[in-house]
Amino acid sequence: MSDATGNGSGERTFFLNDPKVRAVIYQVVMVAIVVWAGWSIIDNTAVNLKERGIPFGFDFLTAPSGFGVNQSLIPYSESSTYGDVYWVGLLNTLLVAVIGVFFATIIGFLVGIARLSHNWLIARIATVYIEVIRNIPLLLQLFVWYFAVLRLLPDKREALDLGPLGLVNIAGYYAPMPMFGENTWMVGVALLLALVLAFGIRMWARRRQMATGQQFPVGLTTLGLVIVLPLIAYLMSGDPVTFEYPELLRFGPRGGLRVIPEFIGLLLALTLYTAAFIAEIVRAGIMAVSHGQTEAAHALGLRNGPTLRLVIIPQAMRVIIPPLTSQYLNLTKNSSLAVAIAYPDLVSVFAGTALNQTGRAVEIILMTMLTYLALSLLTSAFMNWYNKRVALVER
Amino acid sequence: MARHSPYVRDKLAEALPAPASTTGFIGWMRQNLFDGPFNTILTLVALYVIYAVATPVIQFVFVNGVWVGEDRTACTTAAQGGVQPDGWFGGCWAYVEAYFNQFMYGRYPFEERWRVNIAAILLALALVAVLVPSFPLKRWALLYSVTIFPVATVVLLTGGHFELGGFFFGLSSSMGLSPDFAFFGDLLIVAIIAVGIGFIAARATGSSARSIVIPIIVAFAAIAVVIAIFAADFGLAPVETAVWGGLLVTLVISVTGITVSLPFGILLALGRRSQMPVIRSLSVIFIEFWRGVPLITVLFMSSVMLPLFLPADTDFDKLLRALIGVALFSSAYMAEVVRGGLQAISRGQYEGAMALGLKFWQMMRMIILPQALKLVIPGIVSTFIGLFKDTTLVLIIGLFDFLGQIQTSFANPNWASPVQSLSGYLFAAFTYWIFTFSMSRYSIYTERRLHTGHKR
Repeated sequence: MSDATGNGSGERTFFLNDPKVRAVIYQVVMVAIVVWAGWSIIDNTAVNLKERGIPFGFDFLTAPSGFGVNQSLIPYSESSTYGDVYWVGLLNTLLVAVIGVFFATIIGFLVGIARLSHNWLIARIATVYIEVIRNIPLLLQLFVWYFAVLRLLPDKREALDLGPLGLVNIAGYYAPMPMFGENTWMVGVALLLALVLAFGIRMWARRRQMATGQQFPVGLTTLGLVIVLPLIAYLMSGDPVTFEYPELLRFGPRGGLRVIPEFIGLLLALTLYTAAFIAEIVRAGIMAVSHGQTEAAHALGLRNGPTLRLVIIPQAMRVIIPPLTSQYLNLTKNSSLAVAIAYPDLVSVFAGTALNQTGRAVEIILMTMLTYLALSLLTSAFMNWYNKRVALVER
Repeated sequence: MARHSPYVRDKLAEALPAPASTTGFIGWMRQNLFDGPFNTILTLVALYVIYAVATPVIQFVFVNGVWVGEDRTACTTAAQGGVQPDGWFGGCWAYVEAYFNQFMYGRYPFEERWRVNIAAILLALALVAVLVPSFPLKRWALLYSVTIFPVATVVLLTGGHFELGGFFFGLSSSMGLSPDFAFFGDLLIVAIIAVGIGFIAARATGSSARSIVIPIIVAFAAIAVVIAIFAADFGLAPVETAVWGGLLVTLVISVTGITVSLPFGILLALGRRSQMPVIRSLSVIFIEFWRGVPLITVLFMSSVMLPLFLPADTDFDKLLRALIGVALFSSAYMAEVVRGGLQAISRGQYEGAMALGLKFWQMMRMIILPQALKLVIPGIVSTFIGLFKDTTLVLIIGLFDFLGQIQTSFANPNWASPVQSLSGYLFAAFTYWIFTFSMSRYSIYTERRLHTGHKR
């Protein structure tokens, strides 16, 4: 007699009850569904495009675009191609993302540490900042900065004088523009030299500490080298860097380096928003290091500073790095909200203006999505590599 | 013999109270705010920051806020053509009040707004039923939330009376049935075929035919009932989604996104951890694709490309397109959160469940998922919060959600003033904050409630 499962009695089970056979069937069905869906999407798209008289192809990238862009890191004019538009947009996205990541990291770490502060008031202020900023949509914050706060700045013809920092008004921020003289390269060489020297000293100090146990103030020496050497070179080469200051003329500020208000608004919103998330990550990372570590370090005779630097932070970083990566990615992806205030980023000029002008929806959206996808995958690949380096090595 | 010495006390002295400087409010301040020069400086800086931020906010919101007014004159200074003194800068709450209904309903027809209100009450009931742990008749309450509530809401908001058609193969209509009945005829044919296949499969695998056939019949009956309700004419005037707006749209998108993303996210997470290579790689590709692109491009795609992907005669509603985009996007995020929970469950739980003879879905439903989901409640809620905040992006593709409605109200010259945008945005920020902050508080509460068995 066979029992309920059919096992152990020597009888073969029915083939459909074999998990391996079932797995194959499920997967074949899945592949069939995906292939069918993919094929019908492609077929429908082809039919729809033909019906609307839109050709498919990437030849439009070499056609002249005919529209201007108000911020570009590469030479761009109205006679440039749609391909140039893509690069202009991508570079603008990267610009705001890199600067945003830089400031968000600094503010985030400060606020995160402040939230753990012994000082009750400081900790409360940090908490309020985090809870308010994190719980309000980024797009709304962007609108507040761009449409409400920046609109309170003086009119186009006037300007708020920030002294040595330049001028600011509703049309943007006019920063002093650095003008590099002919001997500026000497400063760069000196900086490079200082870095090489500092690296060498660091290696030597580590070897000596390993051998004799004597320590050497590496940090201070590095700081000194990096500041003093370029300064000497700067003075020796005869003060080559001058600043061109913007001036307030009758029709508004002239000269200087103009930063468009869209960039300022986007940067403020992205930085402050992401910083709130980074602060929480930093706090969680520091809290994840058990108090025993601090106590053990103190028991070994380390002071507060070295305890933090050599014991707490290296362990906290392990917890902080992975979520920090995803915040950097989020910031980059969130920079696409630029389209709402017309900052010329990839989505705004390429998936917006260029798409409306050419009507090549499929190609442009695909290119945009794949670009962001590539950025995401590259960043996470790099961070995974870094994470592997600092991860706990267990026996 | 003990000699009595007058200068030696024979009782222990009473403990003196702690120094006044270490107890009470003053002691607390000394310990937490003024211990050491560095901390004192920090405290003073903090006090200044609070003063510098709080004063203008209080000034703007309360002291200078205008609560009553008919039009822009109430919120503009004399130089701008209003009644306020020069240099006045305050919140224009009269404008928010005047536009309040628009912020809630958008352009939803005035005489039909009671339907939105009823839908809101149904939503509140569903929320209470799902969220309050001690709610009586929990099973029925949950059943209400997944059946009556969504169907009734769709009918109420759109007006129901959907046209049926474009379904299957038109076999019944060739037999001379009217379109409505033809639809159900086709459904019946498909149901019969499905029951037949189920019956054969049950026979072949040796399991009882009843356990397979009855669920199929029930499922098809449920589909037929839901479709019949959607097709029925309740005498409600149809309201196109193009006139929906305000908080209504925000809630429709976020509630749909949340309800769709949880089951799909669980399925995707299971797929990613599956042993079957095809299923696993498809899940990975799906998840990583949606997580790697910004939501705004997803919305662009769903609004521009989705109509191209489907047969030419399918007419797609703008709101529905955005809903599909949001649902795909949030499912991928949810999948990663759920996967984190699944990974945290030890192998012993799986092995124990299998040793008890549970099948895959039984094991997942009764052993693995309850533990895994409990672990990732904070992650799930923060995904929900993220989704709720992200609904604002639909205004970029031309839908009028809550923020979009506020943004459009600035176009009306009737209330135009320099403080209008700031007032509107502050109101929007306050409203969003109430929703998201209460979600995060609820998550903390649930986390504590479900924190069973790990306490030492």
